[in-house]
Amino acid sequence: MSEEVEETRTSEEQQEMEDKVISPEKSEEAKLKARYPNLGGKPGGSEFLRKRLQKGQKYFDSGDYNMAKAKMKNKQLPSAPTEKTEITGGHIPTPQDLPQRKTSIVASKLAG
Amino acid sequence: MLCAGPGGGSNDVQWCFSQVKGAIDDDVAEADIISTVEFNQSGELLATGDKGGRVVIFQQEQESKNKLQCRGEYNVYSTFQSHEPEFDYLKSLEIEEKINKIRWLPQKNAAHFLLSTNDKTIKLWKISERDKRPEGYNLKEEDGQYRDPNTVTTLRVPVFRPMDLMVEASPRRVFANAHTYHINSISVNSDCETYLSADDLRVNLWHLEITDRSFNIVDIKPANMEDLTEVITAAEFHPNQCNTFVYSSSKGTIRLCDMRAAALCDSHAKLFEEPEDPNNRSFFSEIISSISDVKFSHSGRYMMTRDYLSVKIWDLNMESRPVETYQVHEYLRSKLCSLYENDCIFDKFECCWNGNDSVVMTGSYNNFFRMFDRGYQQDMTLEASRENSKPRSVLKPRKVSTGGKRKKDEISVDSLDFNKKILHTAWHPLDNIIAVATTNNLYIFQDKLI
Repeated sequence: MSEEVEETRTSEEQQEMEDKVISPEKSEEAKLKARYPNLGGKPGGSEFLRKRLQKGQKYFDSGDYNMAKAKMKNKQLPSAPTEKTEITGGHIPTPQDLPQRKTSIVASKLAG
Repeated sequence: MLCAGPGGGSNDVQWCFSQVKGAIDDDVAEADIISTVEFNQSGELLATGDKGGRVVIFQQEQESKNKLQCRGEYNVYSTFQSHEPEFDYLKSLEIEEKINKIRWLPQKNAAHFLLSTNDKTIKLWKISERDKRPEGYNLKEEDGQYRDPNTVTTLRVPVFRPMDLMVEASPRRVFANAHTYHINSISVNSDCETYLSADDLRVNLWHLEITDRSFNIVDIKPANMEDLTEVITAAEFHPNQCNTFVYSSSKGTIRLCDMRAAALCDSHAKLFEEPEDPNNRSFFSEIISSISDVKFSHSGRYMMTRDYLSVKIWDLNMESRPVETYQVHEYLRSKLCSLYENDCIFDKFECCWNGNDSVVMTGSYNNFFRMFDRGYQQDMTLEASRENSKPRSVLKPRKVSTGGKRKKDEISVDSLDFNKKILHTAWHPLDNIIAVATTNNLYIFQDKLI
């Protein structure tokens, strides 16, 4: 009985190893999953696309900020994502998140 | 090896450095990042747009009498601020001034017209020359001050006198508030009256004269955003069939639509998709299949698509698979994990055809760009760098070594600089002159004239 189980495992492992050899893509995928085990779900799925649609800096909105603070009296505000986690709609920008102001408009160096 | 002239023939084209525009220093300001490059239909004008919302137009000088340099140089013709940063207070979002695309209108009179767009607003710019000015007004002095009418005792007819050439750019139309999502493409119709603009989920049709309304012709927004599976990545009108356009998606499909069939072209007339082997599917498959650019051939018979690793040529009469596929940088397939981590996997490379559709070109990393000769089935890798910028010096083909042993002059995959990306290239419609944009410099190359 145990021998049969061992055999099955070996052939699965073998298939995996073959995959890595045949497909560089699959071995890259395995690398990624090893580094980010929480990276679940379809990459082309709706969260991924919605992140794309939401491109654009979020600025500090005092209304949102104070509402969020009131709701989470005891909890921490969600901090800015530092790793490749999914963007949650609940992230309220804090004054610390604000990017630097842009420089003033000058002539293009291509025309120089 | 690569030819564009009417004679066809020789496959010994050598590419030479011609000019480079932009600052030399390594410290690149965000505003100076070039975001679009486009020749006009005659090739006389070359427009660039940047992240700072500025447009710079270069004009080719008349051919010089010196035979060694038969082709004129491109010099600055006009520069203007096309778009400025805006703020959407309702959504607390900044609207970038970055110029996503520039498209020239076919020239109808002495003035030149182009459309430029950022994420939300398209503008029609008129670029005109002034080389005469009226002098001798009756009621005004030459400096513009009004004369006391009581001092006017005689009348004269104002005459036009020559003045130093002045090139003026003025915004003639502003097409705003029609896009909820970010505009990725604009395309002028062959009817020269209408154009389309596409964002992630919708395509709109405009009339060039009318700014207060536009027709929505494609809408792929699902009723429930949770069901969203793909977005529109590029769109273009057919070069001579005014009823036909295509749009590409993040899933690697292209849909061809016929505006005669229905007012809303949600159902395609043709769907171009290459079947995929499900066994080869990985986490990265969909991301790298996303089409970053689609361009019709000048003939209108073919279209070209660019996805992360390849360029594909499609025959409009065959939807089942491309007729030609060219690998741009296949060696990156074993680097997808790091390319995902540093976001490079989402880079949007463009592609272009040469004037007679015999050669296609696209950019890569390390300031390399690639050309594929369809007729001779040959490809070439060249580099845009200051090191190869002696006037008329021939560019040496580059090679990336993929195996264990690296030959002399080859560069290994791990040495490639992924911050040096060539996303935008353009080919003169009638000649072997190409414009290649690195991050903040514009290179102009031309083939060596014998």
